[in-house]
Amino acid sequence: MATIAGIGAVALVLSACSSSSSASAGASTSGSSAASSSAAAPSSAASAAPSSASVATSGSPATSGSPATSGVSTSGSGNATALSDDATYCPYLKATWPNISGKQITVYAGITGDEGKQLESSWADFTACTGATVKYTSDKNFEQQIVVQAKSGNAANLAFVPQPGLLATLVATGKVVAAPAAVAANVDKYWDKGWKTYGTIGGKFYAAPLGANVKSLVWYSPKMFAAKGYQVPTTWDQMIALSDKIAADSSGVKPWCAGVESGSATGWTATDWLEEVVLRQAGPDVYDQWVAHKVKFSDPQIAKALATVASIWKNPKYVNAGIGDVASIATTAFADGGLPIQSGKCYMHQQASFYETNFKGTPVVSPTGDIYAFYEPTMGDTFGKPVEVAGEFVAAFSSNPEVQAFQWYLTTSHWANNQSKNSKSRISANKGLDIKNVADPINKLSVTILQDPKAVSRFDASDLMPAAVGSGAEWKQLTNWITGQDDASVLSQIDAAWPTS
Amino acid sequence: MSTTTPTRTEGPPPATMPERNRPDKTIGWLTPVVWFVVAFIVGFIVYSGSSSTSSDGKGFLYNTGQAFTHGWVARTLFDPTTAIQKIVVMIVVIALFVAVMGLILWLVDHRRVPNGTVVAGFLGPVVIALAGGLLYPAVRTIIASFQKVNGAGDSSGWTGFTNYTHFFNAANAPIFYNTIAWIFLVPIFATAFGLVYAVLVDRIRLEAAAKALVFLPTAISLVAAAVMWRYIYYQPSDQGHGQVGLGNALFTAFGGTPQNWLIKSPVSTLAMIVVMIWIQAGLAMTLLSAAIKAVPDDIVEAAQIDGATGIRLFRSITIPTIRPTLVVVITTIAISSLKTFDLVLVLGNGITKNDILASAFYSNNASSQPGLAGALAVMIFIIVSPVIVFNVRQMKKADANR
Repeated sequence: MATIAGIGAVALVLSACSSSSSASAGASTSGSSAASSSAAAPSSAASAAPSSASVATSGSPATSGSPATSGVSTSGSGNATALSDDATYCPYLKATWPNISGKQITVYAGITGDEGKQLESSWADFTACTGATVKYTSDKNFEQQIVVQAKSGNAANLAFVPQPGLLATLVATGKVVAAPAAVAANVDKYWDKGWKTYGTIGGKFYAAPLGANVKSLVWYSPKMFAAKGYQVPTTWDQMIALSDKIAADSSGVKPWCAGVESGSATGWTATDWLEEVVLRQAGPDVYDQWVAHKVKFSDPQIAKALATVASIWKNPKYVNAGIGDVASIATTAFADGGLPIQSGKCYMHQQASFYETNFKGTPVVSPTGDIYAFYEPTMGDTFGKPVEVAGEFVAAFSSNPEVQAFQWYLTTSHWANNQSKNSKSRISANKGLDIKNVADPINKLSVTILQDPKAVSRFDASDLMPAAVGSGAEWKQLTNWITGQDDASVLSQIDAAWPTS
Repeated sequence: MSTTTPTRTEGPPPATMPERNRPDKTIGWLTPVVWFVVAFIVGFIVYSGSSSTSSDGKGFLYNTGQAFTHGWVARTLFDPTTAIQKIVVMIVVIALFVAVMGLILWLVDHRRVPNGTVVAGFLGPVVIALAGGLLYPAVRTIIASFQKVNGAGDSSGWTGFTNYTHFFNAANAPIFYNTIAWIFLVPIFATAFGLVYAVLVDRIRLEAAAKALVFLPTAISLVAAAVMWRYIYYQPSDQGHGQVGLGNALFTAFGGTPQNWLIKSPVSTLAMIVVMIWIQAGLAMTLLSAAIKAVPDDIVEAAQIDGATGIRLFRSITIPTIRPTLVVVITTIAISSLKTFDLVLVLGNGITKNDILASAFYSNNASSQPGLAGALAVMIFIIVSPVIVFNVRQMKKADANR
């Protein structure tokens, strides 16, 4: 009988390996594991949305290769040279973490494809300097897999986490190691204050920022604007005045186009609009309290912001240019939302910097070309220049010297420039990033916005909120809202979904 | 040469079936052992399936944290990464499963085992699989429906009926209205259409082809059907986007203005119900056609001699004869309409006014709301139970009539 039990046990060990998600893709393996993503929604083929909600909202779609762009004269940013550590980074590494030659650092992230390969080549000089090698593994199911691996204690040394909410979950597993002092010092030196708080959980600083993208952009066609003699608005009021002008101007043209359909993540683009308005109207402090649920959704300030969004999104004169009526926003895929700009039907489309890849063909992306974007203007000077951002954070699961050395290296301005030199699609909010090294015009604009001394960065609120709200109720209720649900009941329904304990 | 009558020698006794009625005390200990092995196997599956093994990555029998630097075979078995390796593992595991189950069944089929062991060997795996795969999740769901949700999206702490009352307000009322509409409209119309069609094509020359046409949608997955109909209902465009929706093309041909068919309630719900009817009519037609063919010819002839024709014949003879089948078809379609969520997920655009219980359950479950999702699941269970009981009874009746 013992043999039977033995055979049964062996059978089960094998079946466990093959079918369960018990961390079979350890740090040692390359490629993705047998990921059985149980929560995968049946992907609707009708939506050309990013494959997972988290990717959509964290805004790191693998932008492999952007359209060819014409050369644009750049105004070099003033502070990049002052913050350069090209000369000092290697001596510091050698002095602070000696004897790490030959050691291997494992890195796990969701950045795949060309973008992942470019990322890998960006840290070549770390190996040249220290002799330690970096093994990079990427996986499209990163968000689910990293939690599993952290819980089972075999995560890679470092993980690039695209959402602060997910970082909090990982820290809750007790496996994430606090960042060393040298890393914290660099983050203080090179990043806007806000960025450090996203990597701080429960008062302890864990994760330094890595890449970034800017959400506060309005896409438009410079050629269409020039043909009509429209000026790019620099204040909110100007933007509304321009909208009125376009609506009144020619026969039946509307100023704005939008789309929130995104498969199981339908509604997320509406959260960005609400966040932008809260940030400009109520200010960063209220925004922070809102993320922490100290200011509820039903609070008059948030209600006022939603009403402001309604004055654009629910105004039949303003939307949905080139597509349909107000309700058509709900059925238009996020990827198609800005396309009427290319057909000359739509003048403005608010969307993050990563939207560029969705345009069809090879439009000229430049301040005088077919497609470009302007910074979504402020409502006044009270709160500086609010910028809504998203990006990745570096969480460490090991405090070995070689891991700490690499963590520190990734916070240097030297590496931030390396990253942009190696990858067209990737930028950082690191203030030492020299704009000369950013090839893509939109990313140039993003860097200019990020490095503006008046910039007040705030992370995408729905990425910071608990998943039940940030990737659940808020999406659904804002979709209801577009199709006619009243503001008050929409906001109270979102509040009702907030986790209680 | 003796001529004695041959005496019957005691040869081997004729092979008879071993008697199972006498419990054989010699290996009575086998029963608990078989139960234990079965329980161990299922338990181990559950155990290995749970993601958190132990803090240091050391699994029960092997260390997940280790790199497998052994040969290809070991890597394949313990750390499959490529598709080929995973397929190999799958084949090995299936073979092992067959071997282990075969061994258990062979053991209990021995001639000298007590009845209890046989019962354990045959029934055990099923009982444990049902308990682990159906009963345990059901209990967990019911418990979760009375619990709060914490920040990590897990259930904790009691909250009474708040998860249930959450849905009893004006904002969520459409979920219930729509569910009721689905339960009644889909079975009635799908069955009516299937029945009429089955009668019309009965015994015509191209019957098989005609039936195949209506049955085809049944073979399409619901998600694929939903995507197709999404284009049929495609949103209108007031400027230059071009009409692509077949629905609006027909609508405008008859003088209407293009509509957004999937946004405005109740039209949107009816539009989705039409898709479900389109899918289910084939099933109804097939079953009812078989039932109509089974109506005895002599009864029909007797009725015709009595002067019944056409509608009268159909109402007085055909319908009563196929009534059991009719009821089973209606209840079966009602149950599938109650469980439909993929259609609503694709066509309903995540709008509450388009939701039904099952799709609301899905979206709440997917957005870290196990409490609310559990409450909806329990409500679905409560609604579907009487329908299933009725369905089973009718099936028994239908069987008894044959």
